[in-house]
Amino acid sequence: MLASIPVRLWEHAAGWEAGLTQDTTVLEVSVWRGTALDGAYELFEVPAHENQTILDVVSWIQQYADASLTYRFACRVGMCGSCAMMVNDQPRWTCRTHVKKVLKDRRVRIGPLRNLPVIKDLAVDMDRFFDKWVAAGGAHVPSAGRGDPIPAVDPEESARVKASAGIECINCSICYAACDTVAGNPDYLGPAALQRAWTLLNDAKHDARAQILDAVSGTGGCHNCHSMGSCTVFCPNDLDPMSAIAGLKRETARGFFRRRGG
Amino acid sequence: MLDLRLYMLQRITALIMAPLTLGHIAVMIYAVQGGLSAEEILGRTQGSLFWFLFYGSFVVAVSLHASIGLRVILHETMGLAGRTLSAATLGVAAGLLFMGVQALIAVTWPVSAI
Repeated sequence: MLASIPVRLWEHAAGWEAGLTQDTTVLEVSVWRGTALDGAYELFEVPAHENQTILDVVSWIQQYADASLTYRFACRVGMCGSCAMMVNDQPRWTCRTHVKKVLKDRRVRIGPLRNLPVIKDLAVDMDRFFDKWVAAGGAHVPSAGRGDPIPAVDPEESARVKASAGIECINCSICYAACDTVAGNPDYLGPAALQRAWTLLNDAKHDARAQILDAVSGTGGCHNCHSMGSCTVFCPNDLDPMSAIAGLKRETARGFFRRRGG
Repeated sequence: MLDLRLYMLQRITALIMAPLTLGHIAVMIYAVQGGLSAEEILGRTQGSLFWFLFYGSFVVAVSLHASIGLRVILHETMGLAGRTLSAATLGVAAGLLFMGVQALIAVTWPVSAI
């Protein structure tokens, strides 16, 4: 069903100024409406602009076509990690995804993130994602108190380099949505939580490093990863969770022999 | 579903199988090129402690390795979990072990004892 759209005059004017023809000024946007159990894609016609992100498109629909559309965003500049959605069935940060990059014959399909329960429309329940983040030992435990001297950190030191590799994670859950192992094994902690665990394992300022190897060695732990690499391919910040998980596998295997060797 | 214990067991059995597989292929090529008959091969393997241990460890490693691998597939593609998954894993391991031990006895057990 095609939704009726109250297109404002200035929207069209922007299109004409950009030198676009009538045919190319409208995008056909399919948006998921409803929950995971009960819903369908609904088609909206959205005015096209020269510079336009997927988040702009979703915001336009919510502001001018259907105010009941539910979605989540905050910073709009790729820092907060809250606007991730499935765009043409691939997880993306929508505020930094240009429409032109994903448009297929004027059409684009926008859905809620995979592998997480849908609350409504494009908003998913992130509880499971963050619960696993904590279960993997991801909460920071300081190794020094407020009154203690600040220990020096050498940015070139081997462990620090490994820790620094993952600290730009914005917890957008794109890697979690991209992971086929999570899709098949809902108990699996997932790439973001395990990368966080690897980061803290290599962080000299974290005081619970010994517990991390136990936290990632359970039935949903790092050993379930098949190294398919979707997490690393789709990470919008170019991080490498797959290698972080490989690091956890190596360390847990070493720990396995160390414990048996006394 | 796959914890550290099962992961290590699968990796260690893979390490055991790698040289055994190469040894098995090498023996097959040697036997075929040399024109050995089945009787001649069995004459050398039956009653041999070396070949009993060689293929015996192979059978045990395969049973453990394959059942853990199938456990992952059964869980992720068919949704088996809990006791059902454990029973399926043990069932596969027992089946492979049974068939493997049968072949092992046929090839390496002393003729007089069969």
